[in-house]
Amino acid sequence: MDITVLGKGCSRCESTIHRIEREATVLGVPVQITKITDEVEIIKNGVMTTPAVMIGGKIVHSGGIPSIESVQSWLKK
Amino acid sequence: MLELFTHLADWMAYDLFSLEKETKLAGAVHFFIEDTTKIFFLLAVMIYIIGFGRSYVSPEKVRVWLTGKSRFTGYILAALLGALTPFCSCSSVPLFIAFLSAGIPLGVTMAFLITSPLVNEVAVVLLGEALGLKFTLTYVGTGIALGIIGGFIIDAFKLNKWVEPYVWDIKMPVPENAEDAKGWGWREKYARGEAIDIIKRVWLYVLIGVGLGAGLHGYVPQEWFMEHAGADNPFAVPLAVLAGIPLYANATGIIPVAEVLLNKGVPIGTILAFIMSIVAISLPELLILRKVLKIQMLVFFVVFLFLAFVGVGYSFNIIFGG
Repeated sequence: MDITVLGKGCSRCESTIHRIEREATVLGVPVQITKITDEVEIIKNGVMTTPAVMIGGKIVHSGGIPSIESVQSWLKK
Repeated sequence: MLELFTHLADWMAYDLFSLEKETKLAGAVHFFIEDTTKIFFLLAVMIYIIGFGRSYVSPEKVRVWLTGKSRFTGYILAALLGALTPFCSCSSVPLFIAFLSAGIPLGVTMAFLITSPLVNEVAVVLLGEALGLKFTLTYVGTGIALGIIGGFIIDAFKLNKWVEPYVWDIKMPVPENAEDAKGWGWREKYARGEAIDIIKRVWLYVLIGVGLGAGLHGYVPQEWFMEHAGADNPFAVPLAVLAGIPLYANATGIIPVAEVLLNKGVPIGTILAFIMSIVAISLPELLILRKVLKIQMLVFFVVFLFLAFVGVGYSFNIIFGG
């Protein structure tokens, strides 16, 4: 599963990546995480608050660390 | 109800640790225990409560609300919403571009960006605990006023030329809101998440700040402060603001120190100017904004805030000095 995390490498962005990796390991879903850190690229994806998460070209979350429940629901799809 | 924490500190300092009352060490330990327990309690409870209110605003909504407003309404609304709306400092560049690409004037955008870090819930809760309601409201009112004035000046002097030109050409697609169905369950979870997240991020600074405050409280005599930062020293205000510029990361830790400074006789204007400078002027954040703002704008930004805080310091020393 390809997941993109958008954000300029602040601690919340790192926490978001760690949370996704951890839940993916727990659920046994292989994930490939790509980071977008350039602000102009972030904006062009329609995101103005980071960290944001994009799956399959669609923004599923923005403006904070996603809840564990949200992460699990994305991984189970 | 908050006396509970005084009793707890009494019990721990005098009974559990059997410290002699009236000694410097006992005073410092008592202060540390009382303040840390009280601050963590207040942060957890207040941020949880404030979190419900904050779940109704987001930078995305603010952008919609500010779009197409007249400049005059824009400055006021942007500063007010800046006080209420949280955003991670790493979002300031995307947010800046998103506001401009929606046609929101530069001054209105900057009003939001000036007030938002200045008036935040952690600072407000800690100020309320340390300095009381009157000075907390003064602080919040001043933070909002500075955003409005700063935004107005930026437009009045047509400082658009100090924005990197490429920014004006960026087109932002309309954001799709993924989490639109927001019930009470969601708001409760959001508020709880905020409280936990904020405490995780600030606990160390609170401990350091209260530790510093406890040391000052117990060991540094009042005369020292009166001499160096008292009302008689005309340079205390600008020096306090200057000292606050590099002290960014300790914003949370400095307010417990402010409480001690006030008790030791440092005038309130000097203290508020110092806190504002620490909270609002941060070199790392300015460097992030360099991506979209020319260096002249950053210099303007720092000079404006410096002068504003010094002005605030002197005026409040006169108003409240009596």
